[in-house]
Amino acid sequence: MMLQIENLHAQIGENEILRGVNLEVAAGEVHAIMGPNGSGKSTLANVLAGHEAYDITGTVLFEGEDLLALSPEDRAAAGVFLAFQHPVEIPGVGNLYFLRTALNSVRRQRGLGELDVMGFLALARERMKLVEMDESFMSRSVNEDFSGGEKKRNEILQMTVLEPKLAILDETDSGLDIDALRIVAGGVNALRGPDRALVVITHHQRLLDYIVPDQVHVMAGGRIVRSGDKHLALELEAHGYADLGQEVASDRSASVGATP
Amino acid sequence: MTTVTPTATTAPTATVAELLSHLRFPTSGPGPAWLTQARHRSAEWATMRGFPTLKDEDWRYTRLGPLLDVPFERAEAGADHRISSSTIEALTIDAESTRLVFINGFFAPELSSMTEVPDGVTVTNLASVLAEGGAGLEPFFSHPFGEHDHAFTALNTCLFEDGAFIHLPAGSLVTAPIELVFLSEAQGSPVVSNPHSLILAGPGSRVAVIETYAGNTGAITCTNTVTQVVLEEGAQVEHYKVQDEPDTGFHLALLDVRQGPESRFSSGSVALGSKIARNEVRVRLEGEGAEAAIDSLYLPCADQHHDNPILIEHAAPRCTSRQLYKGIADERGHGVFNGRIIVWPGAQGTDASQTNKNLLLSDHAEIDTRPRLEIFTDDVKCTHGAAVGALDEEALFYLRSRGVPHEAARALLTYAFAREVLDLIPSESLRTHVDTLVADQLLTDHDATGARSDE
Ligand SMILES: Nc1ncnc2c1ncn2[C@@H]1O[C@H](COP(=O)(O)OP(=O)(O)OP(=O)(O)O)[C@@H](O)[C@H]1O
Ligand SMILES: [Mg+2]
Repeated sequence: MMLQIENLHAQIGENEILRGVNLEVAAGEVHAIMGPNGSGKSTLANVLAGHEAYDITGTVLFEGEDLLALSPEDRAAAGVFLAFQHPVEIPGVGNLYFLRTALNSVRRQRGLGELDVMGFLALARERMKLVEMDESFMSRSVNEDFSGGEKKRNEILQMTVLEPKLAILDETDSGLDIDALRIVAGGVNALRGPDRALVVITHHQRLLDYIVPDQVHVMAGGRIVRSGDKHLALELEAHGYADLGQEVASDRSASVGATP
Repeated sequence: MTTVTPTATTAPTATVAELLSHLRFPTSGPGPAWLTQARHRSAEWATMRGFPTLKDEDWRYTRLGPLLDVPFERAEAGADHRISSSTIEALTIDAESTRLVFINGFFAPELSSMTEVPDGVTVTNLASVLAEGGAGLEPFFSHPFGEHDHAFTALNTCLFEDGAFIHLPAGSLVTAPIELVFLSEAQGSPVVSNPHSLILAGPGSRVAVIETYAGNTGAITCTNTVTQVVLEEGAQVEHYKVQDEPDTGFHLALLDVRQGPESRFSSGSVALGSKIARNEVRVRLEGEGAEAAIDSLYLPCADQHHDNPILIEHAAPRCTSRQLYKGIADERGHGVFNGRIIVWPGAQGTDASQTNKNLLLSDHAEIDTRPRLEIFTDDVKCTHGAAVGALDEEALFYLRSRGVPHEAARALLTYAFAREVLDLIPSESLRTHVDTLVADQLLTDHDATGARSDE
């Protein structure tokens, strides 16, 4: 099993956001996570990437190793990648330089040699072509003044350069036009393989036409409340989350606690 | 804002009179009679005024005790120095430039290199000009600093031995930057030096000057330096300063600028060195349509203290001034921005902006920021802002999530913060030079010096 999440809880202060997540993702699989706003999808992604804001209990094994014990950079080196829902802007850090630093850090930690500038440029150019990103973005600061869709493409570019084993895409499709969606899906599918896995967080069934999932999960109130195959996504598209019934409703009221 | 805590008032250890007699003032140096008189008047004034204390508005952040406790000796002319030409080479920015080297305030012709300058342009040491009477220079020394004077500028007048003298007649152009290298050196007892430089840019002339301050590691020195710049109508002066003296020493500097109509002055500086450094800048915009841009990066770390008192006076209509000061304080470093803009009556159409941004990298570091605007006229556009913050945690997480190790990610973001100022330096050789110094200090053992070369 590539990823095994068991009874994962995460909270910030008194606010318990993840309330017992269980999930298993095998190598070669694509899992989609859907669910209402505020249900904890991004939090789950952040926790997997190593964000330090949360108090965490439960276990997460990545290829059998305790993922929660690793620093974010060690997780990246181990092969975990998160395409952020809201990528940050980093003024003053050049995009291309950042990408090379990231790749060489990861390569170093993976025991591979660093790529020299020429070797890196060749790789970067090829991957930029794959996600149809203009080279002019490379001389700009990381994400600074990028449009919403450009930021998402930049995430996918980073993913295709870093070649992770487990990629988590948090609403990468939001804010993309139809063409961009196809391109992004192309970048993702190029990376698919028997020893890689993908977790796709999305609100739109549409993306799943391009990236066909093996399983679809519904997250609500900090838990995965339903799982099924790709037809579940269609069902959700047609009927919304209201039909999920009692489970979701009670979880949501529980998560808001004392509010009447 | 003006309250001073009782414990903060330290009585300076030495008085001005004691210091002057310890430094054997007056020495019978050469020079015109008016200079001897000016030196005596300055001594009297400083003795009467005394050293600044924390009660003085412009000195409230800089504790002088550690400086005044040191039994400084006056630097000796021609004393054996251990400065080799390779030391100078390391400080050289452009090998082709005219370079004047001063050691403890004395001109070192054997280490300097003069290249050809256009007809009528003078680039030499001040003492040689004064030895010939210093015609026309009296006003620069008789009452140079008006109401904002303090004991250290007065002491500079009493004690200065030498400095640079740059004079450009109307319309002349010096293309390559002139490098002024001030080295402080102490082989035994602590040494004080008082360089004094004049940059006089005639109408429509153009010049760039780089001042570098450095010294031998571990030396206890005090550099009390004054540079006066005068821009006549339409003159353009670029001024740069790299302050990288050893962090065992003291650096007190005044850059005093006066600008005529339509003149343009820009200053870019980085402060890396000294235990206590005070980099004072005063700009007086006296002619209509003058422009000034003052940018600075200060990087106090370990136990360093970097104080930046700035005074920009808009005294004529339609002048523009801009300040961008960025500070990065690490360990127990203390950075101060004390910037003041005065818009005098009659200076309508003023456009003044002042920005101070600071990065605190440690819980023990400290930043004080005090932007001040005093406006006595209508029809002005003035903006100011100050910010103190830590590294952006989300940006840090983003970099780490891509595999960049924590320390390297911190260094990268810190360097990125500094770059805004570095990017404003137009000369590529200087930018590269300063970049390396800043990267050395900020990135220590991380490879981020390629940060620019990729782009
Ligand atoms: N730093 C934080 N401090 C307090 N509460 C937080 C914090 N981060 C997230 N939350 C809360 O946790 C809940 C889950 O947020 P999360 O971002 O994981 O939702 P999501 O499922 O990704 O929603 P969306 O579909 O809108 O992206 C929300 O109620 C949010 O307000
Ligand atoms: Mg989300």
